Amino acid sequence: MVKVTIDDKTIEVEPGTTILSAARQIGGEVVPPAMCFYSKLPGTGGKCRTCLVEVSQGSEKDPRPMPKLVASCSTPVMDGMVVKNTTSEKVKVGRGAVVEFLLINHPLDCPVCDQAGECHLQDLGFENGGEGTRYEEEKRTFDPVDIGNKIKLHMNRCILCYRCVAVANQLTDKRVHGVLGRGEHAEISTYIEKAIDNDFSGNMIDVCPVGALTDKTFRFKSRVWFLKPMEASCECTKCSGKTVVWMFGNEIMRVTARKDQYGEVEDQDGKTGWICNDCRFEKKDISKWNIIGPRKINRHSVISQGNYTSPRQTIKKLN
Amino acid sequence: MGRRLLLEHDAVPGIETFDVYRKHGGYRSVEKALKTMSPQEVVEQVQLAGLRGRGGAGFPTGMKWSFLAKPEGVPRYLLCNADESEPGTFKDRYLMEKIPHLLIEGMITSSYALGCNLSFIYIRGEYMWILEILEKAIAEAYAKGFLGKNILGSGFDLDLRVAPGGGAYICGEETALIESLEGKRGNPRIKPPFPAVKGLWGCPTVVNNVESLAAVVPIVNDGGEEYAKIGVGKSTGTKLISACGNLARPGVYEIEMGMTVEEFIYGDDWCRGIANGKKLKAFVPGGSSVPILPHYLVTKTAAGDDRIMSYEGLSEGGFATGSMLGSGGFIVFDEDQCIVRNTWNFARFYAHESCGQCSPCREGTAWMEKVLHRLENGQGNMRDIDLLAEINKKIEGNTICPLGDAAAWPVAAAIRHFRDEFEWHVNQPIESQKRNYGLSKEISFATNI
Repeated sequence: MVKVTIDDKTIEVEPGTTILSAARQIGGEVVPPAMCFYSKLPGTGGKCRTCLVEVSQGSEKDPRPMPKLVASCSTPVMDGMVVKNTTSEKVKVGRGAVVEFLLINHPLDCPVCDQAGECHLQDLGFENGGEGTRYEEEKRTFDPVDIGNKIKLHMNRCILCYRCVAVANQLTDKRVHGVLGRGEHAEISTYIEKAIDNDFSGNMIDVCPVGALTDKTFRFKSRVWFLKPMEASCECTKCSGKTVVWMFGNEIMRVTARKDQYGEVEDQDGKTGWICNDCRFEKKDISKWNIIGPRKINRHSVISQGNYTSPRQTIKKLN
Repeated sequence: MGRRLLLEHDAVPGIETFDVYRKHGGYRSVEKALKTMSPQEVVEQVQLAGLRGRGGAGFPTGMKWSFLAKPEGVPRYLLCNADESEPGTFKDRYLMEKIPHLLIEGMITSSYALGCNLSFIYIRGEYMWILEILEKAIAEAYAKGFLGKNILGSGFDLDLRVAPGGGAYICGEETALIESLEGKRGNPRIKPPFPAVKGLWGCPTVVNNVESLAAVVPIVNDGGEEYAKIGVGKSTGTKLISACGNLARPGVYEIEMGMTVEEFIYGDDWCRGIANGKKLKAFVPGGSSVPILPHYLVTKTAAGDDRIMSYEGLSEGGFATGSMLGSGGFIVFDEDQCIVRNTWNFARFYAHESCGQCSPCREGTAWMEKVLHRLENGQGNMRDIDLLAEINKKIEGNTICPLGDAAAWPVAAAIRHFRDEFEWHVNQPIESQKRNYGLSKEISFATNI
């Protein structure tokens, strides 16, 4: 076991653990935000640079600080390492810079974007962004395209985290899409539209941190904070069948996998709980689901507004 | 003229053929290394020589070799980085075009030192004719028994292959080069692990520049100590400089480290001054990615000493008043060149060549390019100059690979040293389209060049 200190909190972790997962083991404020890293998809991380942290002491043996900010999601901890996240001014400046870069080409279409309310970029911008933009140039734009008949790609909103590319590489049987082009003009795409046809491609919607990949069966149906997330299960031969159904009254508006506080799909029965396209797109009838109970959502999330506690219950608590 | 170790015979007719090259002392280092030295001794000689990587970063080659992991039963690879795409750098092209056997000889000796049985030359896609030259030379070396199985009866096997890239600048970054060679998209990998531990196909790999590998030949021939006698301080040996821009005699020169910049630009054996009798305005010593220096810091350092051509000499004064030797792409600007336009041109190159993987570089380089384009075309304002300075501070150090730094440094340096010219573009938008700013005011009282 190696000892690592993050923002004055010390923890012992397995050798080879990254700084980010050590921070997640501590939990709370010390966890750096991550837009591209996804612990369930090997090979992701290191790209978005939002998880940059300062290493003020490399290790017990070699106490020199690291010269640059490092990506906490891909840097393994050393024994005696001292990491500064929220306590470092350099990190604040660096992370603010990354947020500014991510937002310069990102459209301000949150009012019509389906991801609004559960968007990681919104959270990140709220926590680390500036109040205005200094970008006066024209934003780069792409036309929205269909990836398969159930998924819509809005490349304008994409932050090129490569998570969906990892899904395509690791979960689906054929490599269905990737990155075309280079630099600012790089885009997620398929060579042939609507060519995606396999059982697990829908998971790229779940891993997308922004509204670039959206569910065509749910697009423009409802804002997520009007919906009630309920844990549900069904008999499914392809996947675990353990999902969250998002309900409006008695109607199922959409189905997603069960995600944890970092927006990552939770493990079900010892395996990552990816869900198949049948469960996600086809089963919109309540009779097909066994509703277990309300899904716990962070109290501060906009989604929990008006869901669990009725105003009357709140007043009761106050009394 | 100083001593020439690499380009000694570049003018000999037919030197690209095996027989002529052999007649002029070629492949001696292979014979010497394979017959009389152990691999470890070759590494020691390179360490003793103090050879520093000639690709730009200047990392000691011997130290890089000593980091190579040597697990049992796992192959090791030596890759030659011939993806020379930096604007202003064309030294490797000249070397490979003229004396392909020198590179091959260096690679055989280096592969022997590192225990590699399969080595690659990764060459940029635009150098297709050089690919043919190299393949022809490699075929000759195979025929003469210097490549293949059991070289010179020593029991050492080596296969050497040339692999062309698609012409992306980013593939000159060593991990992107490895990705590209594996047949993937040329995106730099996230380090650690470093290639010395996990490189090509997950095996320990060393990536060296063409010139570094060629320099192994004289080191083995004459001994590391002899090589280290040339040069000054930690900058040992000779360096190929590709001089271009407004020089009377541009070209590829081999210099001994430690000569003065003044002699190199104005000396009769070298560049013979600025073309058309004009005055020097600025120079970039090591390819487009290093900071630009104004005329009053070219021949003298800020402290008033002569500026010398070496890793330390050119970086004298840090980034405030110095630059870097880089890859040796020496670009000289005369008084008629526009620094704003040049900076925009460099920024455009980096925006085009950014791989698009990490956000600061992908968005930042394109943003800088757009702002500089506006400034150059007389549509900028004073705020833009500060904005540029801030953007490049935010890119620098926050990216996966050094391309972000390489894009940020020239812009930062141009603003640092030529702010008056940027301001002139803002204040005189119409005039700045018609004529050039010329030399900055400081020349009248700085030095008489």
